[in-house]
Amino acid sequence: MGNQNYETTSGGGLWGWINARFPLDKMLKEHVTEYYAPKNINAWYLFGSLSLFVLVIQLVTGIFLTMNYKPSSAEAFASVEYIMRDVQWGWLIRYLHSTGASAFFIVVYLHMFRGLLYGSYRSPRELIWIFGMLIYLALMAEAFMGYLLPWGNMSYWGAQVIVSLFGTIPVIGDSLAEWIKGDYFISDITLNRFFALHVAAIPLLLVFLVVAHILALHEVGSGNPDGVEIKKYKDAKGVPLDGMKFHPYCTVEDILAVAVFLLLFCGVVFFAPTFGGLFLESPNFEIANPMQTPPHIAPVWYFTPFYAMLRAVPSFAGTQIWGVLVMFGAIAVLFFLPWLDKSPVKSIRYKPALSKVMLALFAVSFVVLAYCGMKPPSGIFPLLARIFTVVYFVFFLGMPWWSRMGSFKTVPDRVTNNAH
Amino acid sequence: MSVEVDEGRRRLLATATAITGVIGVGFAATPFLSSWQPSARAKALGAPIEIDISKLEVGAMLKVEWRGKPVWVLRRTPEMLKQVQNATPLLLDPNSDASVQPDYAKNEDRSAKPEYFVVLGVCTHLGCSPMSKFAAGDVTVSADWPGGFYCPCHGSKFDLAGRVFKGVPAPSNLVVPPYSFLSDGRILVGSDGSKAA
Repeated sequence: MGNQNYETTSGGGLWGWINARFPLDKMLKEHVTEYYAPKNINAWYLFGSLSLFVLVIQLVTGIFLTMNYKPSSAEAFASVEYIMRDVQWGWLIRYLHSTGASAFFIVVYLHMFRGLLYGSYRSPRELIWIFGMLIYLALMAEAFMGYLLPWGNMSYWGAQVIVSLFGTIPVIGDSLAEWIKGDYFISDITLNRFFALHVAAIPLLLVFLVVAHILALHEVGSGNPDGVEIKKYKDAKGVPLDGMKFHPYCTVEDILAVAVFLLLFCGVVFFAPTFGGLFLESPNFEIANPMQTPPHIAPVWYFTPFYAMLRAVPSFAGTQIWGVLVMFGAIAVLFFLPWLDKSPVKSIRYKPALSKVMLALFAVSFVVLAYCGMKPPSGIFPLLARIFTVVYFVFFLGMPWWSRMGSFKTVPDRVTNNAH
Repeated sequence: MSVEVDEGRRRLLATATAITGVIGVGFAATPFLSSWQPSARAKALGAPIEIDISKLEVGAMLKVEWRGKPVWVLRRTPEMLKQVQNATPLLLDPNSDASVQPDYAKNEDRSAKPEYFVVLGVCTHLGCSPMSKFAAGDVTVSADWPGGFYCPCHGSKFDLAGRVFKGVPAPSNLVVPPYSFLSDGRILVGSDGSKAA
């Protein structure tokens, strides 16, 4: 048997020639034209593809920024100013990238909240959730390292604070922090290596993880707001009765979502790129100064919930590692979500009031913590941060108990959907 | 060709090859991981520095950069030394038992010569640089403030000997680097003859 046979089965012409050598047609069918998504998915399900869209924005604008940026402590700050003032359209490319960073976290947080609403992480989708969490971690590392690159004073001191977190680890802490910095302080050396990680290592890792996330999703199939499995009922051809083809049905919706997203996104890029100091902080318009901490240090908004937890925990027994442990614990606990949730149903639609109240409390605690993290640690804020750090952990650590309590509604056998 | 397969032999060889491979990867990773250590240039730039304090006025503070960190030399007035004594009951580690300093600075005023206070201006919480709030009763800190340093990042407070207050995020007193007086008007920070930092 030679190639001749393959070419007959996969059609003629260039298309057939390619498909005899590369599974293009097979992959397109498996992941696009014949991938079946549940008919009842709603607007919450748009944030996955929007995240992918923002990733593309970040990759493209990032590549173009690299062409004019200089990763050295002597030149970095000036090269960003050069991009903003002298490079044709440089300001646009940079604002797309800086706004894109915040937009990335907005869509990812909404995407994760969708998971909480509809139990998207429950069996058999645990691994999708784990890959997603790894993407979230990589994204945080990417954002943190990217934030050092403009070499503004907030860049500098933000990096100083975060790297110091590793210094709190007993015994190895100091040498670990020194190893990360490559110097005794955040210096040119640190900037140079963060640049390498930000533009090469972590983006590669991110793309790899996104592929794994989507492959795992397509293996088990998408979830839906009813939390039922559409693969249970299939027609004679093996097509789920409650499924619709990803293309054209989902792609059209995703294109509309991209249009709405771009409307808001471009509004920020053109009219409020600093977003009142939330997306670009004002101390960062001053060059890094190792001798002068800005009067009030706060990370960019997407890190502030965790930062608030870090600050909420006082030091005792001669170390402040406890705050660091609580902060990292707040992220680590998310990995265990598929096993903490013992609810008999997946979707919020069929859960009792208690589960709804807990989820609402969690959402409130996340927002309040984010606000506390932006504010100076005085007045009411340290107390608020402490209270809501407890609420945050009660949500997760109490989940094995509260998630089973109350009376659950009966989950339908098939999805509830009114065609329109 | 024999169809007899010695499974045990195969397993042994496969395991031995895998272990050798892992060791090889470990050796191969070493240069890459070590390349993240401070380079020879970074180490040279981090050598001890000499500071001229002959023109430092009483009550004034000099900030000098060493290893990218601010080194403060505060020439304390007798009132300031009194403020240090007043602060003692408010402190977490008044005797500096859990803090980092050379032996000659492990005393109430944390210095070799009480008049000159040499310290790293780096908060022991997460490395921000605290601000000078020397005046007692400075309301921007608190009404009962005895005078000292205030960290704007997370609200840690230190007295005029760099000793940390109770109930703040920082766990220990500000770090005193090793230093020595070369003459009356010159100090060497980073080395005191006994050990280099």
